[in-house]
Amino acid sequence: MRHVARLARLSLTDEEVHLFTGQLGAVLEHAQDVEALDTAGVPPTAHPLGLSNVLRDDEPTASLDREEVLRAAPRAEAGRFRVPPIVGDPA
Amino acid sequence: MNTAVELSELVRAKEISARAVVEESIAAIEERDGELHAFLHVDAEGARARADELDRLLAKGEELGPLAGVPIALKDNMCTRGVPTTCASRILEGWLPPYNATVVDRLLDAGAIVVGKTNLDEFAMGSSTENSAWGPTRNPHDTSRVPGGSSGGSSAAVASGMVPVALGSDTGGSIRQPAALCGVVGVKPTYGAVSRYGLIAFASSLDQIGPLTTTVADAALVLEVIGGHDPADSTSLGDPAFELASQLDGDVSDLRIGIVTDLTDGVDQDVESRLREAADALAAGGAKVDEISIPTARLGLSAYYLIAPAEASSNLARYDGTRYGLRVEGADVDEMFVATRSAGFGAEVKRRIMLGTYALSAGYYDAYYGQAQRARTLMIREFAAAYEQFDVLLCPTAPTTAFELGAKTADPLAMYMSDVCTIPSDLTGDPAMSVPFGSGADGLPVGVQVLAPARGEPMMFRVAAALEAAAPGAVRP
Amino acid sequence: MSWEIVMGLEVHAELNTKTKLFCGCPNMFGDEPNTNVCPVCLGLPGSLPVLNRHAVELAMRIGVALGCDVRPSIFHRKNYFYPDMPKDYQVSQYDEPINVGGSLQVGDGVVGIERAHMEEDTGKTTHVGGTGRIHGADHALVDYNRAGVPLVEIVSAPDIRSPEQAKAYVEELRAVLVATGASDGRMEEGSLRVDANVSVRRPGEEFGTRCEIKNLNSLRSLVRATTYEAKRQIALVEEGGMVTQQTRHWDEAKGETTTARSKEEAEDYRYFPEPDLVPVVPDDKWLVAIRAAMPPLPAERRAELRAAVPEAPDSAIATVVRQGLDTVVREAMAAGADGRLAINRAANEVAADPDGAIRLSPAAFARVVLMESSGELTSTQAKAVIAEILQSGSDPDSIVRDRGYEAVGADKLEAVVAEILAAHPDEASRLGEDPKLMGFFVGKVMDATNRQANGKDVTALLRKHAAAQLFPSPG
Ligand SMILES: [Mg+2]
Ligand SMILES: [Zn+2]
Repeated sequence: MRHVARLARLSLTDEEVHLFTGQLGAVLEHAQDVEALDTAGVPPTAHPLGLSNVLRDDEPTASLDREEVLRAAPRAEAGRFRVPPIVGDPA
Repeated sequence: MNTAVELSELVRAKEISARAVVEESIAAIEERDGELHAFLHVDAEGARARADELDRLLAKGEELGPLAGVPIALKDNMCTRGVPTTCASRILEGWLPPYNATVVDRLLDAGAIVVGKTNLDEFAMGSSTENSAWGPTRNPHDTSRVPGGSSGGSSAAVASGMVPVALGSDTGGSIRQPAALCGVVGVKPTYGAVSRYGLIAFASSLDQIGPLTTTVADAALVLEVIGGHDPADSTSLGDPAFELASQLDGDVSDLRIGIVTDLTDGVDQDVESRLREAADALAAGGAKVDEISIPTARLGLSAYYLIAPAEASSNLARYDGTRYGLRVEGADVDEMFVATRSAGFGAEVKRRIMLGTYALSAGYYDAYYGQAQRARTLMIREFAAAYEQFDVLLCPTAPTTAFELGAKTADPLAMYMSDVCTIPSDLTGDPAMSVPFGSGADGLPVGVQVLAPARGEPMMFRVAAALEAAAPGAVRP
Repeated sequence: MSWEIVMGLEVHAELNTKTKLFCGCPNMFGDEPNTNVCPVCLGLPGSLPVLNRHAVELAMRIGVALGCDVRPSIFHRKNYFYPDMPKDYQVSQYDEPINVGGSLQVGDGVVGIERAHMEEDTGKTTHVGGTGRIHGADHALVDYNRAGVPLVEIVSAPDIRSPEQAKAYVEELRAVLVATGASDGRMEEGSLRVDANVSVRRPGEEFGTRCEIKNLNSLRSLVRATTYEAKRQIALVEEGGMVTQQTRHWDEAKGETTTARSKEEAEDYRYFPEPDLVPVVPDDKWLVAIRAAMPPLPAERRAELRAAVPEAPDSAIATVVRQGLDTVVREAMAAGADGRLAINRAANEVAADPDGAIRLSPAAFARVVLMESSGELTSTQAKAVIAEILQSGSDPDSIVRDRGYEAVGADKLEAVVAEILAAHPDEASRLGEDPKLMGFFVGKVMDATNRQANGKDVTALLRKHAAAQLFPSPG
């Protein structure tokens, strides 16, 4: 539970951990019917309708106004989004 | 309030001004919304200005679209330029989207007037509209009960006559289930029939926008306006919008209609009785009605609660405090992410993010997400086989009528069960709609659900129109 | 006992498109921060990606050029949190990439290509305060102009055996990317970025444990970093230690690789198929069109140039093709210029200034080489004219005129030589007998022409005079 919360960037209280453990356990237990299904040779469905090759032309469209974009930002500086210092590397 | 079809005709004939229509809607909201809390944001000034503009255009002799002067409410997970869009979440509090969802632009092009944004379960995760950061919406038929969810604000707004039309979104039943619980019509179109561009994602491979209305004809009109290919959505079907108005004559003779026993057995007795009466009415209209078992339909709930949270866990990663919405500061960026997300999301959202993260994590992907997507394939195959025998399928929309506020909040699985009848169509991508059909012993509305194969909206509306005509006197809140 | 270095490279190439991978924002380097952004590439709630056809076609060209199997492919989401990633997942191809298998001929050897897949780039983070580096910074600023720029990641097999071979591989790959029009290959602008997986082993033994060195932004860094890293690993093992698998950073200033700050937990990217996109399925017709539109590749172009100018040195031909200068060389030859001279000027003077080279038109180059071939310009003058064209883009004839080079044409030179001989009758009369006087006269002529005269031509004229003294024509 703590590892999953870490992956999701959530900090859970002890109470939440306890509550979620039981609740998610119940959902996963219910999901045993799907787990038990014989799906040998069955391809997964990522999309209900089989579209392919949906492409657009390489033509520029209007970008947003930077002032409007940065107005939405909790913090901005020098035309950029400002965040606290970054510790650790991108994956 | 008049229907959208009527209002648009009256406005275009200049028998009533758009401004007067909007005033009536705003007055209804002012009168009832304190109690119901269907709206998160009412844009009265914007709606009035827009109505005046439409009236000016009419005075100049301009032709207006098929929704001329029709007040519409939008579920607050659809982006509206410069108008707050929160998904009923603290994490998006105060955010003003710099763009309109495609459906919003299409409604505006058709002459509609957006009066406000409606309440929902946070990020559309729920079946009761109790998971809203700004408090629950109440059912207009009985304010001690839920309106259903997650489009509960939209269904309550329509059911209470505050607006004739609202849009909702359906991922596991979030249009149809609240439509049933509030006694209105609710449509979940074929996946890809309505653009998702600007719909804030919950589960991308399931989400669809659709109308909530008081009549089948209004639903048809709205779907004609918002449907059709959108190049901004890669999953949008290439087809033009459906032509539905011609399907509403109520003729169901020789249609083959199957009752899905797996989705009907075990529902409340009243609900089952209404379904049987609905089937009898269609048979009386000349349809051939029979029963069919689709066993994998029962697996829908499990598959859904693996797939939807998995996609949601990824879709909701972007709410990290960097670019928009809430930020809770931290000593470093990672602390900021964790603090922001922990403060900004409510319990149900966190629960589903946890579930979905787990279902995708190393070592579990195949057993959970992968397996659920394979189960989905089996469901698609079984439904396709059923549609070789039947033109449309019939089952209840929800297993019960509206339940009391708080009745299921402590037991997520029990809450999830209220979507058991609606989930299969989301997983298969097929269209489905709920039509009000009488009430239970408690006097609360019951909905009957019509299911059709992909792109089968015309046939589905044909059956829905027949059901509407046969339904016992409408239940009025 | 000797050690063998084993390397595989992952090269990220930004594709040469007008717009980003999933939106219509300009794919442009160096613009004001956060001006090329829209709801899609900012990851705003509700936005959806639509794939750029041209990016797909450039990826297909790369696949064809590298001899890959170009296959039906899908995109996945790679989930991890980082502020330069607007959606906190990267849309990338995972287990069903567009290009699989393939190889690249590098010098005498072949480097296998495992895959070349499409993905989106991230934004750019600037660390502010402290030393301006990631550690000890006060805060960070993010610019999303680069977020969503189309990349192809080309993953080699672990077939590379030395830092020099790694460099040659990247040079050849870069030439292929430029030749196909897929990328401009500018490492200094970050449009080509290299990650190197390095391990060491005794020849014949199993592969050792590898370390990945991230983000090498120049060929020099690639060679230095991999040389350093191999030495580090060898020293470690020889001291009885073990190499641990890790990501390392190259510190250009210190000349060493350092371990990247390790995470508290192993990453788990939770890959799953991107539900907002649909599969890309290149059918035969599409592939045939891509193949038909493929420009000639560097290997073919080198062979063509070699056939045209058999006496040119290998290294010069390689440079000319690598820098895409073979077209200008061929045009100069077509205009009548000497092929070997054209190749030398291109490989030395032009190639030395790749930024300036874009200002050099084939016609201008042809003109300069032709003037040099015909003796109108000395080699020093020709080099100077080329240098000025690369600087200013001016027309060669006006440069020659402005510099007064054309004053020393053949007729003029003959007149100057005659004048000087006449001015020094004593020395002139002894020129045939005393070769030391040749230097005296060359110096005088050069002075008289502001050192613009062609030395060879001057000597030739003086020799003619001397020969006339020794062997006076009969009569
Ligand atoms: Mg990559
Ligand atoms: Zn963009």
